[in-house]
Amino acid sequence: MALKFELPKSGFNFDNYNRNLILESKGLKSPKTIKTGTTIVGCVYKDGIVLGADTRATNGPIVADKNCEKIHYLAPNMYCCGAGTAADTEFTTNLISSKLELHRLATNRQSRVVTAMTMLKQMLFRYQGNIGAALVLGGYDVTGPHLYTIAPHGSTDKLPYVTMGSGSLAAMTIFENGWKKDMSREEAIEIVKDAIESGIFNDLGSGSNVDVVVITKDKTEVLRNYKRPNERVKKEQSYKYPRGTTAVLKTSIRNFVDVTEGVATPMDLS
Amino acid sequence: MPYDPHPNHEGFLNSVGSPIQHRFNPHTDNGGTTLAIAGKDFCLVAGDTRQSEGYSINTRYAPKVHELSNGSVLATSGMYADSVNLVLNIETRLEWYKHKHNKTMSATASAQMLMTVLYQKRFFPYYVFNILGGVDEKGEGCVFSYDPVGCYRRETYQAHGSSAALIQPFLDNQCGAKHQNIKEELLTLDQAMKITKDAFASATERDIYTGDYLEIFVIKKSGVTKHKFDLKKD
Amino acid sequence: MSIMSYNGGAIVAMKGKNCVAIASDRRFGVQALTLTHDFQKVFEINDKIYIGLGGLATDVQTLSETFRYRVNMYNLKEEREIQPKTFAHLVSSTLYEKRFGPYYCEPVIAGLEKDGSPFICSTDLIGCTTFPNDFVVTGTAEQQLYGMCESLWEPNLEPEDLFEIISQALLNAVDRDAVSGWGAIVHVITEDKVITRTLRGRMD
Repeated sequence: MALKFELPKSGFNFDNYNRNLILESKGLKSPKTIKTGTTIVGCVYKDGIVLGADTRATNGPIVADKNCEKIHYLAPNMYCCGAGTAADTEFTTNLISSKLELHRLATNRQSRVVTAMTMLKQMLFRYQGNIGAALVLGGYDVTGPHLYTIAPHGSTDKLPYVTMGSGSLAAMTIFENGWKKDMSREEAIEIVKDAIESGIFNDLGSGSNVDVVVITKDKTEVLRNYKRPNERVKKEQSYKYPRGTTAVLKTSIRNFVDVTEGVATPMDLS
Repeated sequence: MPYDPHPNHEGFLNSVGSPIQHRFNPHTDNGGTTLAIAGKDFCLVAGDTRQSEGYSINTRYAPKVHELSNGSVLATSGMYADSVNLVLNIETRLEWYKHKHNKTMSATASAQMLMTVLYQKRFFPYYVFNILGGVDEKGEGCVFSYDPVGCYRRETYQAHGSSAALIQPFLDNQCGAKHQNIKEELLTLDQAMKITKDAFASATERDIYTGDYLEIFVIKKSGVTKHKFDLKKD
Repeated sequence: MSIMSYNGGAIVAMKGKNCVAIASDRRFGVQALTLTHDFQKVFEINDKIYIGLGGLATDVQTLSETFRYRVNMYNLKEEREIQPKTFAHLVSSTLYEKRFGPYYCEPVIAGLEKDGSPFICSTDLIGCTTFPNDFVVTGTAEQQLYGMCESLWEPNLEPEDLFEIISQALLNAVDRDAVSGWGAIVHVITEDKVITRTLRGRMD
């Protein structure tokens, strides 16, 4: 027998689109989505790739998340930094990541960075920029290290050092000033950290901590919160209230009970 | 906010078909937060020192709390250029008053004067949200809060600027004893300092336009003292 | 006027020591006109998960029913209770499915995980999730709540202390927002019970 209720088909659903257009035409403004104001960077060095990102997510002038993750997993040898609409970067990288996994299982080969780049750009181009994801893609495959940027409309660049997001200019100054060919691992991490910190301190859309990912031929290291230059100082005092401060109208307490299986006592029928 | 110099009518226009207008907007918001708390024999006025525009920081140290020559303190937030000119204007008037009457203007009188100065520019306002703090004739702390066109009232505590919405309910709770089953009492200086520092540290966490340094002015009958503290710089 | 502030409302959730709390105001209004003060914005998903839905009231109710249906389907298919993290992803993908015609609704989730550790989560209207380790807020009094929580909250609060902190944060925040308030309701979820309290707030 067919199920009466079916779970929805995959893909986007436009049911609310017309209703929302009508609401907007009545003068109600559409709300903002959470943006990752963001500084994200990537850089090629002697043995591979270093990716970096700040950890602030903003909702207009307000910080929505102080320690979010902007470096997304794509494949064991590939990570992807995301800037722009936070939900779009999250779901786009998730989708491509699962497609890559299936592709690996079908082909029995390691994923290549060009493959991921092509899948991402084709998807973003198909949506004509309406999916607001600006990405920095880095990885190491059988053909060596690769570093790309992918803009929301689907155009891509392949460069030895890249920056994106609202702090991209602040971060790029550091690379233009200090990037060298064939840097060591330590030098590369240092310059990526400096570039992200430049974004954190000079761009209001970026802030909090520095995340770093290092990808080499046969190893990927995720250095979550590699630097925490913005710890909050201790509060002057505690604001705990004496219990009973708040005026309560009604209290109801619901205790949970454990239901255990066992031999039931037979009912007394006498 | 009681006054918006540039109300947004976008919503009432068609999203397509209406002509695109290019107009110079003479006002800009440079962000930042100010706060004042009145006590029994003192008044505390504080402000951060970040000056910003869009996603950029113009400078990390642009004081927006100004000590006036009559011993009161004016905290300004909104457009920085306007606030500089407003302070200049006020200072000139305080100087003329001194020469004319052979005494310095009282805090309450300067509060009323500030209202006149602001309302004089009713149709091209100083885009500044002011808080004036001082000690009144009775020696008690006084705080006056303004909108950009001069609507003002005396308060015991007030926050203005980009983090006003974050700090004001906190002050209601801690200074005004709102929703707590206790009597409202004026704070001691020590309490006021602690609450101010915590309020700004909290605002810096969540508001991108507040940060860098915190300046606190304490006004007493005997004079004004200034304190400077660090805030987060990201 | 934003669609999100058409009906007004404020919701907050906080972590404590082996407990979580979620609280909301109870106003339902149309712009400045208040219609009722017993409106439900926090919904029980199961014993140990609650979801607060802030935003356009029609979408609050539509979504609460959607989640009820989807969680019921999950329970029937999997023959087990849904975990908070799983539920957060269910919420997130339900919202992102409508990326180009969203529900005007920003949920917050509070719950206890299998091992008894507290869980909170919030998403924006198209399903971008955040999992902080202190508190989450949503609604028209969002800024006021951020200010209150950022100052009042501290780690390892006992259920009773957590109740006072979240109640004071909410009550004081909604008094500085014209379209939130008119009473409040707080749920504190602990390992062995749920304590629900309605609070006295200003009715203006």
